[in-house]
Amino acid sequence: MGLAFALCAWGGLTLSAQDAASAAEEAAVAAQEMAENGDDTLAGEPEADGGGGIDKADTAWIMAATALVLFMTIPGLSLFYGGLVRSKNVLSVLMHCFFITCVMTIFWLVCGYSLALTEGNAFIGGLDRIFLKGLDPEAGDGIPESLLFMFQMTFVIITPALIVGAFCERMKFAAVVAFSLVWALLVYVPVCHMVWGPGGWLLEKGVIDLAGGIVVHITAGIAALVLCIKVGPRKGHLTEKMAPHNLPMCVMGTGMLWVGWFGFNGGSDLGASPDGVMAMLVTQVSAAIAAIVWTTIEWVKNGKPSVLGGVTGAIAGLAAITPASGEVGPVGALCIGTVSGIVCWYFSVVLKNKFRYDDSLDVFGVHGVGGFVGTILVAVFAAEQFGGMKDPSYSVGTQLGIQMLAAFGVAGYTFLVSVALAIVIEKTIGLRVEESDEREGLDVSEHGEQAYNN
Amino acid sequence: MKKLEAIIKPFKLEEVKEALGEIGIEGMTVSEVKGFGRQKGHTEIYRGSEYTVDFLPKLKLETVVADNQVEQAVETIAKAAKTGKIGDGKVFVLDVEEALRIRTDEQGDEAI
Repeated sequence: MGLAFALCAWGGLTLSAQDAASAAEEAAVAAQEMAENGDDTLAGEPEADGGGGIDKADTAWIMAATALVLFMTIPGLSLFYGGLVRSKNVLSVLMHCFFITCVMTIFWLVCGYSLALTEGNAFIGGLDRIFLKGLDPEAGDGIPESLLFMFQMTFVIITPALIVGAFCERMKFAAVVAFSLVWALLVYVPVCHMVWGPGGWLLEKGVIDLAGGIVVHITAGIAALVLCIKVGPRKGHLTEKMAPHNLPMCVMGTGMLWVGWFGFNGGSDLGASPDGVMAMLVTQVSAAIAAIVWTTIEWVKNGKPSVLGGVTGAIAGLAAITPASGEVGPVGALCIGTVSGIVCWYFSVVLKNKFRYDDSLDVFGVHGVGGFVGTILVAVFAAEQFGGMKDPSYSVGTQLGIQMLAAFGVAGYTFLVSVALAIVIEKTIGLRVEESDEREGLDVSEHGEQAYNN
Repeated sequence: MKKLEAIIKPFKLEEVKEALGEIGIEGMTVSEVKGFGRQKGHTEIYRGSEYTVDFLPKLKLETVVADNQVEQAVETIAKAAKTGKIGDGKVFVLDVEEALRIRTDEQGDEAI
């Protein structure tokens, strides 16, 4: 936390009034250009123009999409995770998601947005929008910049919240907050910039990642793997029963995540466009087929189709389609969802139990692996022959190289930084609660509350 | 006075309660318990984590009856709770030293 504030304080000191004025001037020029050229959206007519290059239809949809994606964290992911843990820890998981939402909001405002999405170099943005200074609420490219801030904020919120599933039921709350905040600064922000920011290294290379297969799922998945191993397994893992305490809650959470994902993928085109609609379409297809695949595998292997398998399959399909939803068609979504259902099942059920690591809520197995699957497969299914959006000059081979570079590069970077950060936090605050506290339950030991009182 | 402790299958409660009512036994305490005898449990699988659940949900029914009603009460419970399938449960008979009705301070058989 100190690092983030130091960075911003330094930024504040070195920026002069001249810098602020030039940033505002640039925004005004851009706004004028947009107004003159118009934008290629459905409602490009003057009546729909919100003035200064703002398209009202786009803005309306992205405002809604922002709410949908926030809804994915609170309460979608919160309930999904909450139901999966034991009742003595449900509040702690809800608190992780809730508090991370609040902390990330402020972080994004103070320096996150600026460092991620403004001009800087290939790996990190600049300090032009520290505390959103110089932001003109009326200016933007299609949508107001303030809305870009908001929509992207929901992504920086959900990414550290996802990691919670790997270390739940045993990590100190202080460590959770510290890790989430510093990780957001050191991992999420640079990766976000590289993939989506102006001049971003991977963006310039032509990487395909519409809504965060790399930025959200791979990063969270790798961090999850690192932490679940570093923090260590829950006491009683593999010997004591640790069944979900409230599967109905999980199912509710899954529904909220699925519906919210229409904002996640459907909004990542930043407009009310046919592309956005297609993103929703392929999202639905991938989720549905992946759920069917996972359920079928369990039905065959275990003799019974489980609810948990069904909802987990859906999430696997959703994670995989995330990077691909801007470039693939329905058939591509069918393939991606199917592969994700199978591969994520394999990682979460077979490999995890084989190697015995306690990725409690399968963050790596579903989000990490799912994100990987989609990030790689989009190179193939973006091609015209598979109903993808690319034109005939598109080269699958070239794109495959770019996607692999991005996926493995980001995974490697995330891995290294997550390990280092985990070690630092372990040596300072400590990562794990005392065994007696873990036995009692984090709700009581970390938060002084019981979830269920008669 | 004797205390009857009956472990029965949960869905049999209404039947046992009514049958006891018919022979004049109106008071009882019921708790939700888990247990097993010879009846086997089941297996649950959550994302590949397999758990064998040995304990089965049962109900424990407790009632204190006068000495002269014990045999009839035990028979009544057993008949109402029987399904003929494994896991029907058991009835135990214990000695009770004293009993007191709190509202009226009645003791002995008057308190039952």
